[in-house]
Amino acid sequence: MSTTLLLVQGLNGLQFGILLFLVAAGLTLVFGVMDFINLAHGVQYMVGAYMGATLAALTGSFWWGLLLTLPATLAFGLLLEFLVFRHLYERDHLSQVLATFGVILFLNQGVKAVFGTAPMQMPLPELLSGGVRVMDGLLYPTYRIAILVAGLAIAGLLWFLVERTRVGMLVRAGASNAPMVSALGVDIRRLFMLVFGFGAMLAGFAGAMAAPILSVEPNMGDNLLILAFVVIVIGGIGSVRGAFIAALLVGLVETLGRSLMPDLMRLFLDPSAARQAGAAMASMLIYVVMASILAFRPAGLFPVRR
Amino acid sequence: MVEPLLELRSLRKRFGGLTVTDDVSLDLSAGEIHALIGPNGAGKTTLIHQISGTLAPDSGQVIFAGKDVTHLPMARRARAGLARSFQITSIIPAFTVLANAALAVQARSGSSFRFFRPAAGEATLNDEAMAALTEVGLHARAHVQAAALSHGEKRQLELAIALAMKPRLLLLDEPLAGTGAEEAERLMRILAGLRVRYAILLIEHDMPAVFALADRISVLAQGRIIAHGTPDQIRADPAVRDAYLGDDEMGQA
Amino acid sequence: MRREDAAIALIIFAALAVAPFVGFGQGYSLTMLARGMIFGMAAISLSLLVGGGGLVSLGHAAMMGVGAYAVVALDHSRITEAWIVVPTAIAAAALFAGLTGAIAIRTSGVHFIMITLAFGQMAFFTTSSLALYGGDDGYTLYNRLEVFGSRALEGGLVFHFTCLGLLIGAWALVQALLNSRFGRVLQAARDNETRARAVGFEPYAYRLTAYVIAGAIGGLAGVLLANAAEFVAPAYLAWQRSGDLLFMVILGGLAGPHGALMGALAFVFIEEWLAKLTEHWRLIFGPLLIFCVFFMRGGIAGLLRRG
Repeated sequence: MSTTLLLVQGLNGLQFGILLFLVAAGLTLVFGVMDFINLAHGVQYMVGAYMGATLAALTGSFWWGLLLTLPATLAFGLLLEFLVFRHLYERDHLSQVLATFGVILFLNQGVKAVFGTAPMQMPLPELLSGGVRVMDGLLYPTYRIAILVAGLAIAGLLWFLVERTRVGMLVRAGASNAPMVSALGVDIRRLFMLVFGFGAMLAGFAGAMAAPILSVEPNMGDNLLILAFVVIVIGGIGSVRGAFIAALLVGLVETLGRSLMPDLMRLFLDPSAARQAGAAMASMLIYVVMASILAFRPAGLFPVRR
Repeated sequence: MVEPLLELRSLRKRFGGLTVTDDVSLDLSAGEIHALIGPNGAGKTTLIHQISGTLAPDSGQVIFAGKDVTHLPMARRARAGLARSFQITSIIPAFTVLANAALAVQARSGSSFRFFRPAAGEATLNDEAMAALTEVGLHARAHVQAAALSHGEKRQLELAIALAMKPRLLLLDEPLAGTGAEEAERLMRILAGLRVRYAILLIEHDMPAVFALADRISVLAQGRIIAHGTPDQIRADPAVRDAYLGDDEMGQA
Repeated sequence: MRREDAAIALIIFAALAVAPFVGFGQGYSLTMLARGMIFGMAAISLSLLVGGGGLVSLGHAAMMGVGAYAVVALDHSRITEAWIVVPTAIAAAALFAGLTGAIAIRTSGVHFIMITLAFGQMAFFTTSSLALYGGDDGYTLYNRLEVFGSRALEGGLVFHFTCLGLLIGAWALVQALLNSRFGRVLQAARDNETRARAVGFEPYAYRLTAYVIAGAIGGLAGVLLANAAEFVAPAYLAWQRSGDLLFMVILGGLAGPHGALMGALAFVFIEEWLAKLTEHWRLIFGPLLIFCVFFMRGGIAGLLRRG
């Protein structure tokens, strides 16, 4: 395993981690502030990818596609909130799991019905389609670096919003004690809608950003959803900072694990068995990490709840 | 001199910068009702949590029947004979009144890893449960779902569950809370009758009840025991009056 | 257990017993009925956890999967005698449940849901990577299990009544468990854990026991599933399957195992019927699930109770 390959996979891991963070941030806030388990957050990501690809095709421009995805996913998220989620806030977690599961079934099938099962393409923008010389002999795709930069910028913006604005303070307070915030006279419904809409927008935007490099197809959100849940459980429910650190951790473990595990297994097994065992272990690795962290810190790394 | 059944030795507990339990020492023997009173915010419930096992103190010891139970979980202490009733009624709403009591009997009557015999039909469990219900006057409602009881009846059930455990020590956290005059009187008569068989640590705000029932009273204010003695001694203690200054309850005693 | 609940269950069993003789005797119908009964068994075992213990497991499909893959592993080694395979599969599922449950039951709430999901995923990925047993493509069994050397289970009717018999056994077992001392502690801890502790019970051992029993029954359902289709694939362990099982339990209502049974049967029949109507049946199924969560709080059992 050469340093170059290690560096590439490391960068890929960080980039994947940033995407995960954008999805997980909304998820952890919604869960933290509203005590609402939203399994449908993954399809929000998928819808964002489809919207980005479609809008880019309609307008003929990647940039317009990306930009218009923001209001589009916000609107879509608020529509879902109005139709389905708002009626679940008072219900128990099991009901929330099942109802949002129903939303997943519906939307996954929906995009299949509208767009078909073949993956959609979203072309890279001219400006970002080259490579950047990271070090000697290593040309890393510009677009992926752009995702990293954009993601970090959004993370910074989110930090600023949550830590330094009045609304952010209300969100943080709500994440640690929502009934109290409501009792203090804050319109908790408005706050919920705000948190929810913003989270949906983040997830959708992540989907649109990822669209050119991943395939846009039905069910693309399902596995990401599970990883996002792993992220927020590791990071601590309700904590954006926790989500950030956990997302980078998960992104790196997933990506590096997949490339390193088969090699590791080859120390003990023959090549074909090593490939299989490596793939299996790589898939399981992140869950082993989660279970280990929960063994010592049952509430995650940066718990918020009292 | 009989060994006290319950001994608290220099218990201390802090939450962040706030000292909620400040060097509390106390003892309790079988056959007495020891009341713990104090103004709101004195730390009574936190102290009860440390005795029953919900919380662990930062330092100090809880000695029950000669054994150090300071770090034992609640269930272990319960099995050792320490029964607690809760200020906010804690029953199983979906079970019948009888089943609620039978659960407590079951905990001390052999293994509960029995899978095939219907528990509701076990005569021994039911008989002892009924006895506890009768003692608090709830036997007529045995087959009613606990959720359907009135508030006062739920407080009676709360006490019945504790009795069904056949404990050695009863830790009663405001048993009269929220009850009307008639129900309160009934509960008081029951409590007076329990004195002989149990050691009772009673937390109450109802001052007439406290002064009528208690053999000894400890007064807790700001986490510390500021006075300790018979009802008459407490009534005359100036420190106690100060602690309750502005608090109407003392005036009624 | 209420008499009405038992009556409902018995009526369903009677209907299932009679069904092959009143028009549902062809291969296709028998397969559908078998699926219904098999998922009924799995849903009943899950209801012990969810309804009885308040433990929402999003990894129960893995229990079925472990049982099914035990059949595969033994079939691959040419061991097809039921009296060896069935206990082995059940033991494997129980062991899996015991090991994963020991960790999972230390957690509660959403963390429990996540950990059970995680373990389910681990099992899923493991089976996907086992090229020996077909990997992602799945594994086709040579035959159904033999009972004392007899190929009787190949016969549709024999298989049907075997499934029915085992289903009745599973229902009776779970019902007995819920009524027993053990069940009382489990349900008390579900409703008011503090109260259960205050009278002297520590819930962990009871919950873990329930988890292992549920896993074992799930494993048995997995054995039957493997034999019904004579095919096993990692998809059997996908988390969406665990979601389906939870749906069955809530569809039927959490009132008891009879609810889970009704939920499973309704789920399988609706799924079959909708799939025939349109390729995009999940477009209807999804909102149907949402509808059930919104308006059928007590599930089908709740509707029956009121009506």
